[in-house]
Amino acid sequence: MELLAEILITASLVISGIFGFVGSYGLLKLPDPMTRLHAPTKATTLGVGGVLIASMLYFIVLGDGLSFHELLITLFLFLTAPITANFIAKTQLHRNVPMDDLPKTGTGRPWATYESDEARAEAEANRNP
Amino acid sequence: MIHYALIFAFACFGLALLMNLYRIIEAPGVGDRILALDTMVVNSIALLGLYGILRGTTVYFEASMLLAMTGFISTVAYTRFLLRGDIIE
Repeated sequence: MELLAEILITASLVISGIFGFVGSYGLLKLPDPMTRLHAPTKATTLGVGGVLIASMLYFIVLGDGLSFHELLITLFLFLTAPITANFIAKTQLHRNVPMDDLPKTGTGRPWATYESDEARAEAEANRNP
Repeated sequence: MIHYALIFAFACFGLALLMNLYRIIEAPGVGDRILALDTMVVNSIALLGLYGILRGTTVYFEASMLLAMTGFISTVAYTRFLLRGDIIE
């Protein structure tokens, strides 16, 4: 039982190390901004997930019972990683793609990041009379 | 066996942090710098978890939880500032 747990812990530690390394290497190596966004947001989250699984198993088998902190951190990271990825992708679009090359929104209003404060206030006022 | 795997993982995440630092210093755009900063926070969370296993204590999980929250808020604040010129509208 203990040997099996040690093998599982070792395997998840090695896998998480490899994934964390590959994620950060992709950040240096990949050619354009959107593919660079892909590498760390997926691989590094998996890397941290591996470390937290390893520490959870370690404290269940060799420490003092189950602790939920690792699960909390994993949950928090899995919730926030897509949000940060979305925000960074919007920033890349905003800075690298000219306004006319963006796809149409289909509402008569421009993309939210290009709408001025006055135009937004006016549109919101007209939408909810 | 766990000890060697721990050392391997420490080396991997340390190298990853160094590469992120290089990407922050020398980046083609501001978006890449923010992305590298976010990845750096995630890698430091992994390093804190590994250090907790090495020391055999669960004290460091609170620290990594705080680091995760601060990293998320700072990334969102940076990107909001670049997108709208204002963080809270």
